[in-house]
Amino acid sequence: MDQLFNRKYIIQGLFIVIALILLGKLFYIQVVSDKYFLSAESNVLRKIYKYPARGAILDRNMKVIVQNEPVYDLMVTPSEVKPFDTLALAQALEISVPDVRKKLKKARGQSNYQATFFERQISVQAYARLQEIMYRFPGFRTQDRTIRHYPDSIAGQLFGYVKEVSPDDIEKSEGYYKPGDFIGKSGLERSYEDFLRGEKGVINMLYDAKNIAKGSYSEGKYDINAVSGDRLISSLDIRIQRLGEELMKNKVGAIVAIEPSTGEILAFVSSPGYDPNQLVGKDWGKNYMGLLANPYRPQIVRPIAGQYSPGSSFKPVDALVALQDGAIDPNTTFTCPGYYQAGNHRVKCEHVDGTINMQRGIARSCNTYFCHVFQNIITKNGMKNQRQTYAHWHDQIAKWGFGQKLGIDMPFEKKGIFYQADHYDKIYGKRWGYTTVISQAIGQGEITSTPLQMANVMAAIANRGYYLKPHLIKGIGDKKVVKKEYLEKNYVGIDEKYFQPVIEGMRDAVNSPWGTAKESRIPNILMCGKTGTVQNPHGKNHSVFIGFAPMDNPKIAIAVIVENGGFGGSYAAPISSFIVEKYLTDSIKPKANGYTVKAFAETNLLPAIIDKTKKPKPLKGDSISAKKLDSIKKLKDSLKLRSATTKTVSTKPKKLKTVLTDKPVIQK
Amino acid sequence: MQQQQGNRFFFNVDWITVLIYIALCAVGFINIFASVPPEKSSVFNFNTLYGKQLIYVLTGLVLGLSILLFDGRVFNVFSPFIYGGTLLLLLAVLVIGNKVAGNQAWIAIGSFKLQPAEFAKFGTALLLARYVGSFNPKFRDFKSIAIAALIVGAPLVLIMLQPDTGSALVFLAFMFPLYREGLSGYFLLIFLGMIVLFIADFLVPTYILILIITAVAGLFIYNNRRKQKIIFSTVLVTVLAIGYLFLIKVAYEKVLAPHQRSRIELMLGLKTDNRGAGYNVIQSQIAIGSGQVTGRGFLEGTQTKYGYVPEQSTDFIFSTIGEEWGFLGCSIVIALYIFLLLRLINLAERQRSTFSRVYGYSVACILFFHVFINIGMTIGIIPVIGIPLPLISYGGSSLWSFTILLFIFLKLDSNRMGFF
Repeated sequence: MDQLFNRKYIIQGLFIVIALILLGKLFYIQVVSDKYFLSAESNVLRKIYKYPARGAILDRNMKVIVQNEPVYDLMVTPSEVKPFDTLALAQALEISVPDVRKKLKKARGQSNYQATFFERQISVQAYARLQEIMYRFPGFRTQDRTIRHYPDSIAGQLFGYVKEVSPDDIEKSEGYYKPGDFIGKSGLERSYEDFLRGEKGVINMLYDAKNIAKGSYSEGKYDINAVSGDRLISSLDIRIQRLGEELMKNKVGAIVAIEPSTGEILAFVSSPGYDPNQLVGKDWGKNYMGLLANPYRPQIVRPIAGQYSPGSSFKPVDALVALQDGAIDPNTTFTCPGYYQAGNHRVKCEHVDGTINMQRGIARSCNTYFCHVFQNIITKNGMKNQRQTYAHWHDQIAKWGFGQKLGIDMPFEKKGIFYQADHYDKIYGKRWGYTTVISQAIGQGEITSTPLQMANVMAAIANRGYYLKPHLIKGIGDKKVVKKEYLEKNYVGIDEKYFQPVIEGMRDAVNSPWGTAKESRIPNILMCGKTGTVQNPHGKNHSVFIGFAPMDNPKIAIAVIVENGGFGGSYAAPISSFIVEKYLTDSIKPKANGYTVKAFAETNLLPAIIDKTKKPKPLKGDSISAKKLDSIKKLKDSLKLRSATTKTVSTKPKKLKTVLTDKPVIQK
Repeated sequence: MQQQQGNRFFFNVDWITVLIYIALCAVGFINIFASVPPEKSSVFNFNTLYGKQLIYVLTGLVLGLSILLFDGRVFNVFSPFIYGGTLLLLLAVLVIGNKVAGNQAWIAIGSFKLQPAEFAKFGTALLLARYVGSFNPKFRDFKSIAIAALIVGAPLVLIMLQPDTGSALVFLAFMFPLYREGLSGYFLLIFLGMIVLFIADFLVPTYILILIITAVAGLFIYNNRRKQKIIFSTVLVTVLAIGYLFLIKVAYEKVLAPHQRSRIELMLGLKTDNRGAGYNVIQSQIAIGSGQVTGRGFLEGTQTKYGYVPEQSTDFIFSTIGEEWGFLGCSIVIALYIFLLLRLINLAERQRSTFSRVYGYSVACILFFHVFINIGMTIGIIPVIGIPLPLISYGGSSLWSFTILLFIFLKLDSNRMGFF
């Protein structure tokens, strides 16, 4: 037709071009990009995590000591929140309206599109109230979960606590933990986290635009059921644990009791303790800060983190190593004039016993005797070879567990201090000998150990030559499994025949009229033990007792440390005797000397609070010369009589004294 | 003869177009059914959207077939009255109309709601066809352009007053039939230029645009330096273009409502808003995009079922198609439309009467505007403009107005051998 007819093609062409543009964009969003598909999935799909019940913990008699309690959290997804009746929500939760706003703002700050905590652990009543009016608060939902409950309110430091994961935990877990998950942060809760936590369940739910659940995704094909955490059977005996905590009330110190034949820990007391229920739930922060502010530092797990000089309780080990080395025999006698002359320094004894043999030396805890023993050991290969002999002796002692972690199933175990010969080379060059380190002969000076190590030494003696690594959990789930290393015997390198005389000495320490712990004799039970009195430059000496019972076929080995308890026989030994008696007979008979659990429980031995600003500096930064002085000073400290304290100090040169008083001290 | 007499009304009707019409209505019904929340669709119910739509479709079909019963000449003769009637309705809606979502666009008659803007389209198309058919203007003179502009402009302004910008925009579709009848292509180019400058003004600083326009004009003048007339008109166009740029700034702030401004800014990517005005578009794109190649399947679209796309059965019905039927389904629907549009243009071209041709072009271009704007909006290449997808979106007014629009043309086409 005419030219205008061709305009038909322009218009039709336009239609087709536009259609291709539409199809092009459709092709991009439907076929090329999967962004929209993923957005659609995230629109409708919510992963609801089901928190499994954490595993319970039982004591060795299958009594529940850690269990769970249900709690409810109110979660909010800020982006889904529509204007709502703040007053109604505030009333249901029993908080103020400004609080509601504040919490909402805080949740927004955390994440706008993810559910975050609005209010944790709302009460059952608040939960019931909320359920009826929940539909009025889009963006809010409740989530149930369990928290820990400790029916006996004991052994706080042992169990540790469970807390919401930190960003750090989330990162380390490589995707296992999500914000809001809980994790064992210390104690057994931490070491057995992998077993206790169970497996989180996931439910894939579909939600509509109004945030109303519309059923499960793909009929639950991709859902995962929550699996409860494994039940743990601990080796603890709740009866003596409770008794131990009772006895240690108002005292600083620790008790560790071990079943020698298995290495299972029967009691694990750290004092001052706290109620583990305090560190559960929403008051965690407040209570934790309260614990941190406590000057007696209950957060320290003293059985494994408290490092004390073993003091005289080290003497049985000394004797056994000397016997094995042939440095002495059980009948070797030394004469005690009331002191031991170590080079220029005199190591004092608490008594003048005259000539005594080993058995009596142990029973009487004679410093002089054991300084001689140590001298014999170190010099047995000649004066020139003292360094090598010391190194050998060190290795022998180390076999007992000194200076190393025993590998208990608890985090944050300390090693204690026990130096190799190299350490002294660094300080003294080649010019050192037995006199330099003589304080170690009596468990003082540069040797510290944890109460666990001391109890373990007792277990090794009770077993006549070996120990099993102490541990707290003897069964996981329904199986009685423990780590393989807990089933292996660790020999301490002493022949069985050498134990009898030492054990007899220890028997005498408790059961003979001349024993240092004679007040702690248990009727009808032969307890063997050794007292220790650990010098404490800050105040009253620490009272130490280690022992085991019965003498034949021992069932329990124990170490007790009561800080500022003074003489070993005065507090640590009687406390040990109560625990041993309770464990072996399940009762405590009245004592002839009138000692009662009640009286001990009521005794307050808490030291006056030390000003933290005067806290001793760490040893590391000190100069060599200062360390030298330190060593000598410890020797002095540990050997002097309590009554002689003032006298000893006053006889010292003034210059030395001022240096000494500023010195750091290892035992604490 | 007797038999032919009986078929007189449906003689020569283009049944292919009718089939496409029915197919598109069916697509609409199926997808409206899918976008109703599932628990409500267990029993067939005429109170639901799809139940009502079924009634609209059936009555629409009856309406369409009854239009075929008319003598085709009626529409030519009565076009001024029909046009006048729709203008009166547009005036009436401004006075007695119901306000829905800020727009005074509906007249309620009992439980039935009438949207006069929908009917104004065929009224305008008829009168424009009548004008061109009767006077055969070539649109080279000011007068004929002015008359055509008046015919199209009157309902457009009244609809703008509701205000229903989307429906008003559709009236720009009449440019194409006028172009076909002789209107200079420059009008289309100027129109295109205005849109380009409008968008460019948001994306590029104004002074750079002025520099570019001046440079292009300078080059053009240099090339045609011998032709004074071209130089003169180029300078005029340049001045007008720069003036337009400043006018946009003012008009944008003063004339457009805030929600319209934000829709434009969202479309141009100048701002993002996942929850406010941008929510519809983003959710619509998510739904369509999640359909991928073959779609999630009928009634399987999660975004559709769970109500993530607002206005899903009406203006955003295409998102349901996209989600449940995927790229394949979308392509088929677009192909149906394009086939319909191309066929309508071909039918228009075979008319003997200018009236029928102009009317046919009008029908095709109105449909085209609706399809392009609506689908473009759901996939984010056009700002949100609330106009329905022809024959598919839920709604009686829209369905019937498209039915009337289309079937009048089919009637005219069946009479193409006639004399008028």
